Amino acid sequence: MDWVREWGITLAVFLPVIGIVAMMLVPKEKESIHKFLALAASGAALGMGLLVLGVYQFGASGMQLQKSLSWIPSIGARYHVGLDGIALPLFVLSLLVTFLCMIYALWHLPEPGNPKLFLALCLLLETGMTGTFIALDLILFFVFWELVLVPMYFLIGIWGGPRREYAAIKFFLYTLFGSVFMLLGFLALYFQSDVPGVGHTFDILALQQQGVLGMSIGLANLIFGGLALGFAIKVPMWPFHTWLPDAHTEAPTIGSVLLAAVLLKMGTYGFLRIAIPILPESARTFAPVIGILAAIAIIYGALNCLAQTDLKRMIAFSSVGHMGFVMLAIATMTDVGFNAAVYGMVAHGVITGMLFFLAGSIHERYHTREIPELGGMALKLPILAGLLAFSSIASLGLPGLAGFWGEVFALLSAYSPLEGLNTDIFRTLMVAGGVGTVLTAGYFLWMLQRVNLGKVSDRWKDKTFADVHPIELAAWAPLLVLTLVLGLFPSLMFDVTNDSSVNLQRQVEVTGSDAVANR
Amino acid sequence: MSFDFVALAPEIILTVFLCAALVVDLFLPKERKGLVMPVAFIGVLLTLAAVLNLVGDNRETLAGMFVVDQFAVLFKAVFCVAALIVFAISHDYLKEDNIHQGEYYTLLLSSLLGMLTIASSRDLIPIFVSLELISVPAFVLAGLRKSDLRSNEAALKFFLFGVLSTAIMLYGMSLIYGVTGTTNLQAISAVLTAEPVLRSISVLSIFFIIVGFGFKISAFPFQWWVPDTYEGSPVPVAAFLSVASKTAGFVGLLQIMFIAFQPLADVWRPFLAIVAVLTMTFGNLVALQQRNIIRLLAYSSIAQAGYILLPLGVASATDVGLNKQAFSASILYLLIYTFMETGAFAAAIAFGRRGGGYLVENYSGAFAKAPGLAIAMTVFLFSLAGVPPFAGWAAKLFVFLSVIAGKSLVLAVFMALNAVIALYYYAAIVKRMFGDAPKESARMPVPALLGSAIAFAATVVVVVGVMPDLFAHVASISTLF
Repeated sequence: MDWVREWGITLAVFLPVIGIVAMMLVPKEKESIHKFLALAASGAALGMGLLVLGVYQFGASGMQLQKSLSWIPSIGARYHVGLDGIALPLFVLSLLVTFLCMIYALWHLPEPGNPKLFLALCLLLETGMTGTFIALDLILFFVFWELVLVPMYFLIGIWGGPRREYAAIKFFLYTLFGSVFMLLGFLALYFQSDVPGVGHTFDILALQQQGVLGMSIGLANLIFGGLALGFAIKVPMWPFHTWLPDAHTEAPTIGSVLLAAVLLKMGTYGFLRIAIPILPESARTFAPVIGILAAIAIIYGALNCLAQTDLKRMIAFSSVGHMGFVMLAIATMTDVGFNAAVYGMVAHGVITGMLFFLAGSIHERYHTREIPELGGMALKLPILAGLLAFSSIASLGLPGLAGFWGEVFALLSAYSPLEGLNTDIFRTLMVAGGVGTVLTAGYFLWMLQRVNLGKVSDRWKDKTFADVHPIELAAWAPLLVLTLVLGLFPSLMFDVTNDSSVNLQRQVEVTGSDAVANR
Repeated sequence: MSFDFVALAPEIILTVFLCAALVVDLFLPKERKGLVMPVAFIGVLLTLAAVLNLVGDNRETLAGMFVVDQFAVLFKAVFCVAALIVFAISHDYLKEDNIHQGEYYTLLLSSLLGMLTIASSRDLIPIFVSLELISVPAFVLAGLRKSDLRSNEAALKFFLFGVLSTAIMLYGMSLIYGVTGTTNLQAISAVLTAEPVLRSISVLSIFFIIVGFGFKISAFPFQWWVPDTYEGSPVPVAAFLSVASKTAGFVGLLQIMFIAFQPLADVWRPFLAIVAVLTMTFGNLVALQQRNIIRLLAYSSIAQAGYILLPLGVASATDVGLNKQAFSASILYLLIYTFMETGAFAAAIAFGRRGGGYLVENYSGAFAKAPGLAIAMTVFLFSLAGVPPFAGWAAKLFVFLSVIAGKSLVLAVFMALNAVIALYYYAAIVKRMFGDAPKESARMPVPALLGSAIAFAATVVVVVGVMPDLFAHVASISTLF
């Protein structure tokens, strides 16, 4: 298994590219071959991901399975990759969700078809997403981060709903706007760094060890601001969220699923991997601001959900709220908070991914997503309605299902934030978050009442809909199982993330003179 | 005076083939004029071989006016490759448009000869002569579609602006000669360093020289001729002007600024910084409105000139390390720009042949009609926009790096905002090609030569995008410091 240790994560990232190359050799009329190739490529990547899980040492802390190759020597950028407890869950989640999307694609592809291009773009997206989670070099991180933009732009712009062009370009420009400032932050970090014997570096681990030595507080805050802007747009944090509802509403089902399940996590992951550990002092300075924005996002997202009539748009706004919980947990700068954040990311990926699948399948049958127009689905499509109820309840945070733990620990961590942060502010935010959970329960239950319960309206009375198709079920089963398993055995995740989270808190705590001693 | 024939070999070979092309054209019957192209092609190939033979050499001849070093060799090679690509995209276009092929290739080769010599010039006089040798054939090339009024307009505008700018530049050069008593770039620098009294008079000369080069590289506010000239000229000529001729202008400008006027960097740095920012902003904002792909590429090439110029905005009178970095950032951008811009023009020609003409709206649904071409065009456009993993991102990265190394965060922010604006119009075309329903139009196959030129440029753009060091390494060892 040595080769898995050496090359496993690299292979998992680039196997989809090999799939794309294979697909390019097949004419586009052979649609079933393309579906098979895409499934095989993402399946192989997932298989490689599982092998990586096999060699990953769960007890050990720190970065594992590292690989560092020369890439752009003239500026010292390297192909440096590796995994730790924070990256691993997200890495596996990306591989799993893409694979499930490929299964779902067997059943349904949106207009105007063309599976060759659609699936190739999904595979390219997979490479970008998984690459972001393993990159340990700022330039490499940036390339993977940007690589995600292009395929998602096409997925929304070509296969999207009626306002797809507007949504696609809004998504693209918004994210690019953030990422150029993120890049400027990276470059500024590069020129501030000074590793003995190497000089300037883009290496994330080296920069983390270096800390803010030799940098003025003002500059550090400026750089943090640039990085935070890029990450915050991706998360998206209030008030940078306005691209999200449009992108989600217009995107095809698979695009929405990938967007919700993985893409949003790239932003929060950026905070955990880069912004906070490299600039801990600025992170502490900005923590209350991030916390307040997060709490606003929770309340604002929930209130918006109450006002939505489009099922998909409602789920999109619920993402704003859920990512608010994740950001609130991060803002506490404690190990409890970081654990909760990673947990919340994975849970949101699993549950909201599932919800978007369901919204897509409901739309496929009713040809509408207007909540008031649906109704009585429990009578018409009992299994689908049951799954919707299950996922919604998981999403609102019922104990025993995955959504619960991320939120409850986020609130818990806000009760006692890192020493030095203003406890009053964070406890107020905790209360606001608590109100948010009530509102969340409110809009989900209200939605269920209107969609699942009640009588079947005259409009649908005489129509017959096929209930859940076996392929749909195959694509969804892993998510449903994970929702339950993660809910019942939270330690499965916390055991993975805890060491890294504790490390991260230690990095944030260490300041000034301590940092010198640590070197 | 002794001649170093090895150092001059590329220019000599090229001159021989230039004459040969003219003679061959005389003896060919009208319907077989296309055979001039292989002559020119082989000539440039041999020239390229002679250039590559000089890699690693350091030679000087003609009393130090003609220098062969890494910088010269690099750009000679780039100009030859660019010329080969332009030949490949010209061949079928000329045949179909009924353009005089013998003259066309002879003029192109003459212009190329000027480019080769400007890369080796370290003295104001050869720089000026080379620039003239580049420009004068280009005036004629722009007007080669004689029966088309627009082509005439293109040539006339180009000519008037070009002559005016040359006159201003020459005036600047004569001023600096009067002040320092020399035309050698190193000597000018030495005099300006030794006698600070002369600096105030030199400022005027610097200003005139920048204005003159501003026309060549199409920097704001000297870019007005560009869109009309590109649109009216035969499209391969537009490609040639936007790539080779602009690069030659930069080669001259970079040398004069970084060598001769380096002691006065504090004076011209802010000026060029402002020009660079205005150039990219103007190019990008106007490009947003364009409906003709050639005009769009023209404005985008103006914006690109702004990016290439930006590192000059952080040049320093004292910090050689920073100058080196800025210099190589500009060079790297030029290298990558050569491939992505010629590629984009080549793809535009291929689309134009498919009966679509040059309107952007005709790109609708291009992917359904010509998937390979649409993908290649996407590669070029995204590269121009700076989206990884296409080469343009590395070009922008190095410019960003040099600007931030010069502690000019404001310039970096301006460039960042421009990158976002630019993406909008590039992405809009891509979106059109992939997303929209195709319009009815006759399918025309892409000629092999044109197709292979596109494939070559696209391959370079992708490979360099993944492994930027292939070019970055070359750029960093080819500085003049």
